[in-house]
Amino acid sequence: MITVMPSAIEANALKRTFGTNDAVAGIDLDVQYGEIYGFLGPNGAGKSTTVKMLCTLLGITAGRASVAGFDVATQPGDIRLRIGVALQDYSIDGKQTGREMLHLQGRLYGLSKADIVTRMDDVIGLVDIGTAIDDRVDSYSGGMKRRLDLAMSLIHRPQILFLDEPTTGLDPASRSAVWAEVRRLNDDYGTTIFLTTQYLEEADELADRVGIISDGLIKAEGTPSDLKRSIGTDLIVAEVDGDTATAAEALRAIDGIDEVQIHNNELALATPNGAGLIAQVAVALNGCGVPVRSLTLRTPTLDDVFLQVTGTHLAGDGPKDATTTESEPEQEVAS
Amino acid sequence: MTTTSPLTHSEPTYVPLAARASMWHDFATIAHRAIRGVFREPEFFIPALITPVFFFVVNVGALQDFAQGSGTVQDFKAFQLPVAIIFAVTGVSRASALVTDIQSGYFDRLLLTPIRRPMLLLGLMAADFVSVILLTIPVLLLGLVLGVSFETGLIGMLVFLLYGALWGLAFAGFPYAIALKTGNPGAVNASFILFFPFAFLTTTFLPKEALTGWLSTVATYNPVTYVLSGLRSLVSDGWKADLLLQGLAASLGLMVISFGLASLAMRGRTDRG
Repeated sequence: MITVMPSAIEANALKRTFGTNDAVAGIDLDVQYGEIYGFLGPNGAGKSTTVKMLCTLLGITAGRASVAGFDVATQPGDIRLRIGVALQDYSIDGKQTGREMLHLQGRLYGLSKADIVTRMDDVIGLVDIGTAIDDRVDSYSGGMKRRLDLAMSLIHRPQILFLDEPTTGLDPASRSAVWAEVRRLNDDYGTTIFLTTQYLEEADELADRVGIISDGLIKAEGTPSDLKRSIGTDLIVAEVDGDTATAAEALRAIDGIDEVQIHNNELALATPNGAGLIAQVAVALNGCGVPVRSLTLRTPTLDDVFLQVTGTHLAGDGPKDATTTESEPEQEVAS
Repeated sequence: MTTTSPLTHSEPTYVPLAARASMWHDFATIAHRAIRGVFREPEFFIPALITPVFFFVVNVGALQDFAQGSGTVQDFKAFQLPVAIIFAVTGVSRASALVTDIQSGYFDRLLLTPIRRPMLLLGLMAADFVSVILLTIPVLLLGLVLGVSFETGLIGMLVFLLYGALWGLAFAGFPYAIALKTGNPGAVNASFILFFPFAFLTTTFLPKEALTGWLSTVATYNPVTYVLSGLRSLVSDGWKADLLLQGLAASLGLMVISFGLASLAMRGRTDRG
């Protein structure tokens, strides 16, 4: 007999419409228990709307979804007991102290006094603001508020954690701290984490699997390495002035180039042997008379995947340029 | 006692630490936070207190001799003290704090918890009750200092406070309805305009018998007229059950309307549609 384990999060043709706009246009999800699922997309792609539907804040227009085995439309109360949510904008009462907020959150989830004390001890370490925990939240920095918000979402030790762009607006040190906590929750407790982000590196760093969403639809899904491998082993990127079509035609003639994609004034060449072919690419470009601004050899990134499936780069990738490559991640995490 | 939750959250071993609490627990949790918020916003009390004190002093100073001299009112200070109470409590609510919660996203966080939705409103009413009592006590003391005495004694004073507080709570439903419907602080502030017809198109300056024409008609349908009658009876007439019941009915009737609207607005905001 085969036992089928239910999924932590499941969605079939999930849709949400605002007026005539399909914010989420019919997506399928299947997130397993213990998985970190990265939901990657630009602003307005439908990430937050999806999260709000899954965590019972927003009704669904069509399709169905279940979280922790409970239907979001008919069993929202059961879901709320099992999920923690840190929404995009940290939602904290500035007139209360950090300690009061945590205590209140415990009471809101019906925890016993003893459990509140125990859990507060556990999560206060995450907030990591020393005696400021007894100061009013109004006086906190953005990073402190974000960490408190995350701690509040963990007070009842949720089985499934929804993090909606948890590091947006954070400084690199705070971002690293949040990443470390996400990993710890997953490693130590097996917490299933549904993480939305517009940061490529965040999805790459944390997610077991990534779903790329654009215009309300999931355009690609897989492990970060599988998604990148789908582009090719190596990527040669030529930024040119002039006729990209002519240049592309010349480049396609090179033996060993699997695919040539044109995005504005950029040519992306997928090949299993970048180092061996880059000289030929330079010669070919020179031969067809197209001025070359830059020629780069690198391994594919999730942004390359995003570019391939959506036709645009993913904007707003934190402090670095959207086209920044894996070869320079230190630009994003350095303080 | 320590928690017995399993270390791993992987299905199927997970047992939620969270649980649906009792209705009273939900109410007390929201009320506790709201009342704490009242005491952390002392700036809220100063203008709310100045208005009734100002009108009480000015009205008495300007109209006492005229009103008493013409025989319309025997004790104008006693006649005006209930007006000051109405001015103190009408429009006092945590609606602005509710809007702040909505705008900051904290209201969404509350909706994500297993707490009962009606308690989100009832808990705020507990804070409103504390607020209006805190506002009416100084006004009452001012009246006593200026020589107003209660025919109904100490118990009458207590009933006077609660009676005024009930009116304050009844009116608070309107700003809550606007807050929940719009989530807009400007709209909530503008709801103060409702104060004027309720507070002035009634027996604010003269008894009902002295009102004429359209003002008399409007005052007949204004619930404040009956609340003022009830309050004034406690000060000047002794225990008058009929007047007290009429005022009570007026407050409760308005409460049904205002909190009916607030409940509809709450449902609109939380129906996840």
